[in-house]
Amino acid sequence: MLSVRAFSKRFGGVLANDSISLDVLPGEVHALLGENGAGKSTLVKCIYGFYRRDAGELMVDGHPQEISSPHDARAMGIGMVFQNLTLIPALSVAENVALFLPDLPRIPDLKSIAEALRSLGERYSLKVDPWALVRDLSIGQQQKAELLKLLMARSCILIFDEPTRVLAPHEVQGFFHVVRRLVEDDLAVILITHKLDEVLAIADRITVLRQGRVAGQVTRTEATEAGLIRLMFDKDVTRSPIARPEAQAAGGPPVLELIKASSRGDGAEVSLHQVDLVLNAGEIVGVAGVSGNGQKELGELILGSIACAEGTKRLFGAPSTNQPIWDIRRSGVSYIPENPLAMAAIPYMTVLENMAVTHTSSYARRGGLSMDWQAVEADADRAWRRLGFSVSSYLPARSLSGGNLQRMVIARELLHDPRLIIASYLTRGLDVQSAQAARSALLQARDRGASVLLISEDLEELFEYSDRLLVMFEGRFVGEFMPADTDIYEIGRLMTGSEATYVAS
Amino acid sequence: MSPPEQRGAMTSVRPSVAPVLLRYGATALVAFALFGLILAISGKDPIASYRDILASTLGSTYGLSEVIVTMTPLLLTALAVAIPSRVGLINVGGEGQLIMGACLSTWAALTFAGLPAWLLLPIMALLGMIGGAAWAWIPGQLRARGLVNETISTLLLNPVAALIASFLIFGYWHSPMDTNKTAVFSESARLPRLLDTRIDLGLIMGLALLALFWYIMRSTRWGLEMRALGGNPVAARLNGLPARRYTIVALCLGGAVAGLAGMAMVSGYYGALLANFSRGVGFLGFLVCWLAGGSALGIVVTSFVVSIILAGGNLLQLTRDVPYSTINILLAITLFAVLARPDFTRLRSAR
Repeated sequence: MLSVRAFSKRFGGVLANDSISLDVLPGEVHALLGENGAGKSTLVKCIYGFYRRDAGELMVDGHPQEISSPHDARAMGIGMVFQNLTLIPALSVAENVALFLPDLPRIPDLKSIAEALRSLGERYSLKVDPWALVRDLSIGQQQKAELLKLLMARSCILIFDEPTRVLAPHEVQGFFHVVRRLVEDDLAVILITHKLDEVLAIADRITVLRQGRVAGQVTRTEATEAGLIRLMFDKDVTRSPIARPEAQAAGGPPVLELIKASSRGDGAEVSLHQVDLVLNAGEIVGVAGVSGNGQKELGELILGSIACAEGTKRLFGAPSTNQPIWDIRRSGVSYIPENPLAMAAIPYMTVLENMAVTHTSSYARRGGLSMDWQAVEADADRAWRRLGFSVSSYLPARSLSGGNLQRMVIARELLHDPRLIIASYLTRGLDVQSAQAARSALLQARDRGASVLLISEDLEELFEYSDRLLVMFEGRFVGEFMPADTDIYEIGRLMTGSEATYVAS
Repeated sequence: MSPPEQRGAMTSVRPSVAPVLLRYGATALVAFALFGLILAISGKDPIASYRDILASTLGSTYGLSEVIVTMTPLLLTALAVAIPSRVGLINVGGEGQLIMGACLSTWAALTFAGLPAWLLLPIMALLGMIGGAAWAWIPGQLRARGLVNETISTLLLNPVAALIASFLIFGYWHSPMDTNKTAVFSESARLPRLLDTRIDLGLIMGLALLALFWYIMRSTRWGLEMRALGGNPVAARLNGLPARRYTIVALCLGGAVAGLAGMAMVSGYYGALLANFSRGVGFLGFLVCWLAGGSALGIVVTSFVVSIILAGGNLLQLTRDVPYSTINILLAITLFAVLARPDFTRLRSAR
């Protein structure tokens, strides 16, 4: 039905898709499985005409086709349900569907559209009130409406991008039921996911992507959990483990205690559920998880950017549940967020100004009337010497490359001898040497008695550098290990949620 | 995962000077051409009209002093927009804040008329600033708590302030002779004039505050923090800057400056509080600030140019029999052209 031949797509220096081929047959659920960044989304966005592929061929029903926009894709019967739903909240379901119809008359007959929606809804058990306003619908219902929209437009190849991410567990079963009905009618479904249990429950064929390549293709009958995990996580290159001293047990109260802390996320945001976490001085605690399972929220909850809806937080032995960010930062908490351009840097300010912005009070002179830029520069120089890389001080941050931006943020956050460092995706965008330098800087900070929360998807990095390893899935901790007592497969299984047993707290 | 967007944002740098000049030149040209068209349609000679405007304003000492008189409140109301804009807030409430400031300082002028000038004027200035700041504090609180967008609330509070002023004038403060204005202030409640012209001390206050604003933004800790908040609110908040506090403080400071403009107008220009005295000076400040891109020097230059148009328009009304409202059309066209911000460089690179 749909054939992809040797697709390649390059973003700058990154080969996101490296000659990927796959076939989708009518009446099958084809799962695309892989870690974040494996190239799943890029592949389907190329198919859907969102991105233009660099090389490769696309065939629909055996004929080569050129799809250069989502409009072309829809005309060929390819429909996609995005993670962020694309309905217009102020309009009713029927109106949303009407907008999407390929042959909408000047005066749309909404009544007959609503009628058609009802019968389609009954056929595929997708019950949504056609006259309800989209903004009044739950996310699950909106997803159904989105799917109805595609079906009304006579799509016969349906692409779902992590459809279950926004659904509650009981809704997932309903969704699977719908998918089964769809393929019974000979429609083809492409399902993007990183959850193993879902793949094993619903997919007929599974294509595993890793680092932009097809790592393997299996049918459901051949598929095993262990086999899929090996395909997903096996790395081509293995780093030689570095020798590092064991953590010294330091005395004193724990640096951070979270006791049954929960947060409330809106819509597609993740909520944290009753998270318990103790960080001691002088240890690196790794948090493994596929991104979007609450790691970002965990970091922001500790920093105070997200409120604790329930539970308590104690920092350095003192209660800090409702402390504002600036107090938490001043008490010695550093944060290296996963997206430095959006979350850490001020694009229009220079590197030097960016270095000063977290500690403005310590560089202020004469009560704030002037700033001591020489002190900032001296501190920056010290940071560069310590880290072994440097960034020019007087460039505006927005002209830096991703790697240099990350270097700047790392240097800034390690500068003022923090007592707690929250590092998400520390080495993103860094070359091997800088990555190594950044990691050893974390080790040095640990040896000075700081506590480090290392959030990462790179399992080898976590195994190498963590004194303790936690696994996060859907806003909870689902496992806690010493790195020596576990292996990549066990962690991978927990990350992908194929083992639903939560660790008793 | 969105590598293309990220790369785009990282590789593009600040626009260079030439396209910016091109942009403003073209914008001004469009505005003047459109206005010339309107003049031509109404049967006036556009070229002669423009020449009249320039001759009447820059051609004589008196004309120049009138331009500066017009410019004085604009400096302050533009600054009232510039301060909040540095933390990313849009203050469209300069008009209302100016009126509230004028009301409070009028109260002081009427109540303490017997005090000497060196005591009364500072009291009036202080009350004017308090009045404007209080009026801006309301939207500031609403915004900081995440309830209402400050653009909407500052705008909607403008007519409320105007009605309060009318209520006070018509109800309590009107002089025995007039119903639409207060009695003329005592001499001690009038801002001193400069150099035997109608220019008053308000000009010095405006220029001094703009210089202060420039210094604070460039050199101080607070300027750095405000630029950070305006530059990337998410990152600034995660970096530990108190975003809420700055929201309220920046709006209140803007309001205080607008209130001071109101004080300067009633104390300097009019010497009384009139209903509808401001004639849109608060909104003009918004225009000036956006034209100037929020920079201190830009505000001085732009408000001078806008004042030429305004003062020249007064004269055009007399000599060429052009209704004053056409001048408002010119300013409105300019504002539209500036806010629409045609980006000629992007036009080419988009395809």
